[in-house]
Amino acid sequence: MEMKEYKTITRIAGPLLFVEKTHPVGYGEIVKVTLSNGEKRLGQVLDTSKDIVIIQSFEGTSGMDKKSSVRFLGDVMRLKVSEDMLGRILNGRGEPIDNGPEIIPDEELDINGAAINPYARGPPEEFIQTGISTIDGMNTLVRGQKLPIFSGSGLPHNDIALQIARQAKVLGEKETFAVIFAAMGITNEEAQKFIRDFEETGAIEHAVVFLNLADDPAVERLITPRLALTTAEFFAYQKGMHVLVILTDMTNYCESLREISSAREEIPGRRGYPGYMYTDLANIYERAGMIKGKKGSVTQIPILTMIGDDITHPIADLTGYITEGQVVLSRELHMKGIYPPVDVLPSLSRLMNQGIGKGKTREDHRQVSDQLYAGYAEGRDLRGLVAIVGEEALSARDRRLLKFAEAFENTFVRQGIKENRGIEKTLDVSWNLLSVIPRDELTRLSEDFKRRFYKGEGAEHAYVKEEVEEKVEKRETEKAAPKKEIKEAKKKAAPVHKKHKAKKK
Amino acid sequence: MKGKTDASAKGRIFRVSGPVVIAEGIDARMHDLMRVGKEQLMGEVIQINPDKITIQVYEDTSGIKPDEPVENTGQPLIAELGPGLLTSIYDGIQRPLPVLQSMMGDYILRGAKTPGLDRKKKWHFKPVVKKGEDVKEGQIIGTVKETNVIEHKVMVPPGVSGKIKAIEEGDFTVEETVASLANGRKLTMMQIWPIRKSRPCKEKLTPEIPLITGQRILDALFPLAKGGAGGIPGPFGSGKTVTQQQLAKWSDADIVVYIGCGERGNEMTEVLKDFPKLIDPKTNRPLMERTVLIANTSNMPVAAREASIYTGITIAEYYRDMGYDVALMADSTSRWAEAMREISSRLEEMPGEEGYPAYLSARLAEFYERAGRVKPLGVAKIGSVSIIGAVSPPGGDLSEPVTQSTLRVVKTFWALDAKLAHRRHFPSINWLNSYSLYETILEPWYTKNVAADWKSTVNECKKILQEEDKLQEIVQLVGSDALPENEQLTLEIARMIREFFLQQSAYHEVDTFCDLRKSYKMMKSILHYADKARYALKAGVHVRNLLEIKARNRIADAKFEKNHEKILSDAEQAIDKEIESLLMEIK
Repeated sequence: MEMKEYKTITRIAGPLLFVEKTHPVGYGEIVKVTLSNGEKRLGQVLDTSKDIVIIQSFEGTSGMDKKSSVRFLGDVMRLKVSEDMLGRILNGRGEPIDNGPEIIPDEELDINGAAINPYARGPPEEFIQTGISTIDGMNTLVRGQKLPIFSGSGLPHNDIALQIARQAKVLGEKETFAVIFAAMGITNEEAQKFIRDFEETGAIEHAVVFLNLADDPAVERLITPRLALTTAEFFAYQKGMHVLVILTDMTNYCESLREISSAREEIPGRRGYPGYMYTDLANIYERAGMIKGKKGSVTQIPILTMIGDDITHPIADLTGYITEGQVVLSRELHMKGIYPPVDVLPSLSRLMNQGIGKGKTREDHRQVSDQLYAGYAEGRDLRGLVAIVGEEALSARDRRLLKFAEAFENTFVRQGIKENRGIEKTLDVSWNLLSVIPRDELTRLSEDFKRRFYKGEGAEHAYVKEEVEEKVEKRETEKAAPKKEIKEAKKKAAPVHKKHKAKKK
Repeated sequence: MKGKTDASAKGRIFRVSGPVVIAEGIDARMHDLMRVGKEQLMGEVIQINPDKITIQVYEDTSGIKPDEPVENTGQPLIAELGPGLLTSIYDGIQRPLPVLQSMMGDYILRGAKTPGLDRKKKWHFKPVVKKGEDVKEGQIIGTVKETNVIEHKVMVPPGVSGKIKAIEEGDFTVEETVASLANGRKLTMMQIWPIRKSRPCKEKLTPEIPLITGQRILDALFPLAKGGAGGIPGPFGSGKTVTQQQLAKWSDADIVVYIGCGERGNEMTEVLKDFPKLIDPKTNRPLMERTVLIANTSNMPVAAREASIYTGITIAEYYRDMGYDVALMADSTSRWAEAMREISSRLEEMPGEEGYPAYLSARLAEFYERAGRVKPLGVAKIGSVSIIGAVSPPGGDLSEPVTQSTLRVVKTFWALDAKLAHRRHFPSINWLNSYSLYETILEPWYTKNVAADWKSTVNECKKILQEEDKLQEIVQLVGSDALPENEQLTLEIARMIREFFLQQSAYHEVDTFCDLRKSYKMMKSILHYADKARYALKAGVHVRNLLEIKARNRIADAKFEKNHEKILSDAEQAIDKEIESLLMEIK
């Protein structure tokens, strides 16, 4: 391949360069731009025609002038991968920044990957225990899934991501996940937190960290997740490892996409994001999965902050259409001091059914989850009503549900940041909660399961109630949770219960 | 196809921008199939300018350069139709995915040319016409046992007719001649058809038979006719995919064509894994034996996604022409519309609403219009294509262009509701927003085949649900205890309809399919309680006691049991008993 150098930049606009050239240049080819001061930057061909090519510069165009020289490298962007990458910290372009030795590559891989033939995909159906009840119990993650966390600014999504990375395991297997962490436009402080946590827990030894920080070039964010996923695919399908990829924050990625699109003067779609954002995001998210006959897997947890907490915003919306569900964080729960503030109602795992049930978790898992949803949804609705008419006006059933919703948040949702709840424990907590509801009202549970697991009914109520309260109390002392609130709730709840019994007599 | 385009069938690439390639020095007709670049990528002409043509390329264009050659095949994009379609799994341009895997491994790479139908496989052909007979277009000349459940009918292609000169029974490949006509025309078992053109039929008929889906809310409340078109718009997480898959599994069509258009890879895998395992309740054979799957996931090339819908409907029409009832599921037409938008914006076309091209609604209408119950050209049996198109409105906003354009052409509308899904009410179809305009056309069928009072039973249930909605508004403000007793009872009956009847579990082995008779019986049992309870209320029984009747819950049990008739009649009797004793008490 000839390596002609051109000094024919005709126009620079935003992150884009327009270059006149004479030899044919391939679409998507990588370009090296040398500035007049000798600095070298990377770019990629976005549009190529007989006389002019449009190049996006990954490291910005600041300082570039018409005298800068452009060299087309005749190849698409590739990443040098090797097993030595584990334990390393790289920048958003894949260069080591941890003062460690040079990485000696096994291979150079096209960072854009290719679509897995749907026929070659393996079915994702192995339960991953994250140790977080709201995820394991009601939005189960499985190997090969892409399950994003929809968060808002100021919510503890990073803590949750870290907790998952720390605790994730497949039951019955010793091996832990290799973690590929790609940061796009997050602050230095956040990045430090991740790295510190990785180092403290020793997780860094089986992790690769790609860092594009808030003050790094925005366009670089477009390649960071692709580097991370190329690395993940290498470990998964060539080295047979199970890989967990955390991408944070996809919102910043999409902003960069918009920036390029507007610099190209493309016709904008919703909220100025380009019309091809769906396809572009799909090319990232769809790289999660498993391949039939290969040992490894790529599981993705992308994190995005919903702008203005709006789940219908194009980024969250399109992501939700591609990923297999979402874990939604709630500001309301966070304000109540509940960690992790996962709002189970809009959360969903589309692959849950494949990963749960007999032989995987427990046979009653599905029904328990449905019953918890139903009860909590109704209880939450009733809160609105209580605000208007007061609790006294409610029926006994409604009051029970209201109490259930409260207990659900405090015993099921709430857990410690270092607390690793096994799935059995999660299901036990669920049955304790459900047992405050009369047996007949549990319409989502089969008789068989009720016989085996239900702990309530009539006089036995008291026993279960105590147990739930005991748990609340225990947690209170442990976590120093908002004591007042819970005690008040208990005070309120107790007489209600007696009243109901009296009525029945 | 006849008449190749003239000498200038070769040109050069001028510009590459994503899936859009501009070529110069070549002449072409609109929608001609082109081979682009050294690797001969497949593409289709979508715009013609004085000296250049624009091609949308169905494969990834990375590394493709100006000056590489472009070749015109002189043919539009076609589908190959013949035995071997069933059980196949194709990408958007009818390339078999298993063959692609054996050619290029686990990933879809580019430049692979592979025919839609296996050229080597021999099929046993049995003629049904004799030498000397006159045959006309669309007429069946022979049959092939394509799978254990479907007999493939080999037809004379549209536009061809004549006297049979030779025909014989035997094993043939799809390319070998099975019959020849006196005018010299040789007939094979394979037809080719341009996918963007609908296949002709003799006459379109009124769709007056329901497509039975086994899903209570659909069959009873919002039926779709065979040959009709229905839309399922649903925001993400509202259970759209599960609903579509349920329809594919259970609807009483002979043939199912399932198009995964721009959807998730893992979900497609689930379909690919599940379908071959599913046993068809009617034939006890694998469901795949009557299914064609088309999978073009969201990360596969966008132009092939655009084509996948047409490939699917062409295959569906082909089976319709044999006199079969075909159900086509397109999941999701929004992804298809987005593919159009993406290509349109690369063409720098003036955008219409929300960046979609101005021809969006025309294309959607054209597609849905290819549904229908028809008299095929040469077959006496009536065939049909029913289309069920999923729509994924961004942000759940039903006023967006794709949903709106779809609503203008479909007659059945199943409004999926995320709120219901959050509550784990499945199928999460909103009973207040959904509708079916086929109700009246289908009524005689239901009256004749299920029960004379089918319509009034359904209407009664709908009425109660409507009332509930109104009452709920009041309940939101003042609580249910403040309502008059008869309205409290209405709320309870509505709850029973919702929980006992409308909710249906796709994952329960019995509940996953519910026949019309069972649906009818269940509604009747709920209404039975309603009647008795209303009577008792008038007689002075307190509503609280009526709401505590335990036997009601047995109606729900019927969902999960095979001997539902007995459970329901037992439940009715038990309800009668409890109400009687309540009446006795007040006396």
